[in-house]
Amino acid sequence: MNELALLVAATLAAGTPLALAALGLLVNERVGVINLGAEGLMLISAVTGFAVAVHTRSPWLAFAAGAASAALVAVAFGWLVIWLNANQYATGLAVSLFGGGFSAFVGVGYVGRRLGIELNYAVPGLGRIPFLGAALFREHPVVYLAVALCIFLSWFFWRTRTGLVLRAIGESPDAAHALGYRVRRARLAAVVAGGALCGVAGTVLSVAYTPLWVEGMVAGRGWIALALTVFATWRPGRVLLGAYLFGGVTMLQLTLQAQGVHLPAEFMSMLPYLATVLVLVLISRNPAWIRLNMPSSLGKPFFPTQ
Amino acid sequence: MIRLEPRAAPSRLMIVLSPILALAVTVAVAGILFASLGKDPARGLSVFLLEPLRGVRALSELGLKATPLVLCSLGLALCYRSNVWNIGAEGQFLLGAVGGGGLAMWVTMHRVAVSGWGFFPFVIVAGALAGAAWAAAVALLKDRFHANEILVSLMLVYVANLLLAWLMFGPWKDPKGWNFPQTVSFAPETTIPRVFRGMRLHWGFAVALLAAVFMWTFLFRTFKGLQLQVGGPAPAAARYAGFSARGALWTTLLASGGLSGVAGAFEAVGPMGQLTPHVSTGYGFTAIIVAFVGRLNPIGCVLASVLLSMFLLGGELAQSRVGMPAALTGVFQGVLLLSMLAFDALVNNRLRLGGGLVRSRARDPGRRARGGEEIVRDGHLAATASRQGPRT
Repeated sequence: MNELALLVAATLAAGTPLALAALGLLVNERVGVINLGAEGLMLISAVTGFAVAVHTRSPWLAFAAGAASAALVAVAFGWLVIWLNANQYATGLAVSLFGGGFSAFVGVGYVGRRLGIELNYAVPGLGRIPFLGAALFREHPVVYLAVALCIFLSWFFWRTRTGLVLRAIGESPDAAHALGYRVRRARLAAVVAGGALCGVAGTVLSVAYTPLWVEGMVAGRGWIALALTVFATWRPGRVLLGAYLFGGVTMLQLTLQAQGVHLPAEFMSMLPYLATVLVLVLISRNPAWIRLNMPSSLGKPFFPTQ
Repeated sequence: MIRLEPRAAPSRLMIVLSPILALAVTVAVAGILFASLGKDPARGLSVFLLEPLRGVRALSELGLKATPLVLCSLGLALCYRSNVWNIGAEGQFLLGAVGGGGLAMWVTMHRVAVSGWGFFPFVIVAGALAGAAWAAAVALLKDRFHANEILVSLMLVYVANLLLAWLMFGPWKDPKGWNFPQTVSFAPETTIPRVFRGMRLHWGFAVALLAAVFMWTFLFRTFKGLQLQVGGPAPAAARYAGFSARGALWTTLLASGGLSGVAGAFEAVGPMGQLTPHVSTGYGFTAIIVAFVGRLNPIGCVLASVLLSMFLLGGELAQSRVGMPAALTGVFQGVLLLSMLAFDALVNNRLRLGGGLVRSRARDPGRRARGGEEIVRDGHLAATASRQGPRT
């Protein structure tokens, strides 16, 4: 029983960076911008957050710096794809490649450094409930932030006027433009907000989850987050569910080993990637289902009329 | 105020100039970076831009690094031209290395008598088959289940990396290798013949150049090549003309995977002479940059490969000579591609100061009546319209 509680806790912790990044990408994609640079943004913020945490010993400054660094790169990305109408795929890839190189370069001096910051804390009262306390209430605060954010985004996109306008921009930027909405500004705002969320996700990895800096430590989570938005058919609730599912798959390898399943470690490590492929195959099997749910202008450039 | 105004036709000058301007920006960024880290910018830049060209040995190393980049980028350029977003060349490269390296290992273990030139074609075939098979998984899942090829091909890179690691730590490990994760050293006869005595450049380089010529001919001088490319910018037109999108998907992915696989096999059997988990230093990802900087043109890919392999060599030299981390190369690669994408805005647009032509035209009712509105409204449309004939 106790082991199960720990497994649930570990799943939540592993799913949280995925959830944050995927929610950020969802914000991007709801207004019609696909950001293949998520992996790069997460790497940049992971190293920035880690460096700030090392020097200031403040996890909150680290999160702020991580989010800001990713948002800054997202501004450049947004300017390229929204104002200069650069190809979104190519630009996102460029951001990913740049992020990989830049983070490795900046992070050279931080490899092997330890943080010694304990972020996990038991929620007063709730943390002492048997089973549930160990399973749910002894996490680092960002785990709860991800849940809150998911609820907020569901409310924001489907229950507020601004959310409706943003979704309209994602469906038909031309119609939104004709109605007088500032399509490009709204898109940039969403790209920056989404980038900042990817930044928080990256910082979670290096400051709370691992916590250390290793080159390429995001290990494809940015790409898995991209797959999650498709899997979730662009709904925040399903994103959260999918993220925890993937967190569970990550934990599955440890569980299997504990159960005495003797599979080489490399095959265990393949599980999250193979699961991503499997999920993509299952969800994309019916193209009409994707077409129905996908923001119609996703990945397409928008040229405003004069 | 500076504004972008659509050009009547894409600027041929900017198509060529944009990568060069991007290189200039990258060099400037590099200089600033060196200076800010307290290194002499001139010394740092010469390590990246001059030393890789100094002497025959340096040129041989340059060609050696350019070989996998040319092969991988050719396939990627083909894919991107037909709107197939294969970003998993790295995985296809690794599988090719497993294929070619595995064959060389088998030959070594079983003491099969081979000669360098006799074995060379087998290396190519083994690498191509293995790489193409890995890419075929992407094509199959896209074709049958509509799974996004970007994500699937990238996920398979991680799987390929782990597969290689498993082979190196497990079944393929050299029993007499002090437990290092590597295979036996391949028999000397399996090595790809060298171009010059005493230097590492091998004839795979010539194969890569040949492949570039073939790819150029295929893309720009054959009907099949045209068919593949129409699907990229104009899928509807391709469908109307009866060009098969499925055919394009399979052809481009198999070709791209095969080429990347050959690159991997060359790397394993050529300079390495054995398989290790580090057979690739990210060639498959660098090749993405090469393909774009080379403007998805086979000849451009060759030129860009030389440039990017200068960066790779420069990164290694910067580490040993100037004491800078080798990761610098990655930063420069990213800056190069990002700044080129920015300059590319000037291919279809021009810079204007103040209120430009567009506004005055839109106010002119006569032009609107003649259908000018569509053209001035939309830069992209303007470009397509004017390519078909003179603008009214």
